[in-house]
Amino acid sequence: MTVKVQSEDFDVGAELAAMTGGKTGIGGVTLFVGLVRDMAGGESVSAMTLEHYPGMTERQLEAIEAEARARWPLDDALIIHRYGRLEPGDRIVLVATASAHREAAFESCHFLIDWLKTKAPFWKMEATPDGERWVEAKESDDEAAARWAKSP
Amino acid sequence: MKILYFAWLRTKIGVATETVDLPAEVRDVGALVEWLKTRSPKHADALANSTVVKVAVNQEHVPYDHPVGPADEVALFPPVTGG
Repeated sequence: MTVKVQSEDFDVGAELAAMTGGKTGIGGVTLFVGLVRDMAGGESVSAMTLEHYPGMTERQLEAIEAEARARWPLDDALIIHRYGRLEPGDRIVLVATASAHREAAFESCHFLIDWLKTKAPFWKMEATPDGERWVEAKESDDEAAARWAKSP
Repeated sequence: MKILYFAWLRTKIGVATETVDLPAEVRDVGALVEWLKTRSPKHADALANSTVVKVAVNQEHVPYDHPVGPADEVALFPPVTGG
């Protein structure tokens, strides 16, 4: 169970290898990788800057990871979230879950990214041709997180 | 009390953190936000719409009726947009 909040990029293959190396009880791993898109709300985005609340970010990510482990039988879980200035195509976030069976890996990974979006204290600012603007929270993200309110 | 501001609350108010002496009558988050509005026109503008001002006390998300005291670390921020 690992949470990393960092400005540097991450290597998905290396993280997968580190997570599964020597652990032959793992039957499947689900990986979600979030990327910076070059369009938002019909406007082109040339860069994105992520601000966060050091201390609280780690606490919130550790809490939702603990929640996932309480709900599903996981062998391991990993969340890496970047901050700072990123460009289209850059990786922002990695969520990885490992379990003996695929259902637990798929569901817990989906849960983690949905909950992370509404609970982890990150804020995105986009650079567009009209200048910089703070990204507004989406109602659809709240609805996606609410689906997981009840334990499976 | 230590107050932290993030994202557009930080840029509108113009500071990332400030230390305030809390009046005795300010006992919960809602009262604190109302009191902070009186500190400057920038505070009043940034905090005008409380539906988009979220609050954490000691790094936990809390509702507006949550109690606050002088030793708390209180953060004010817009709805989060990570992931």
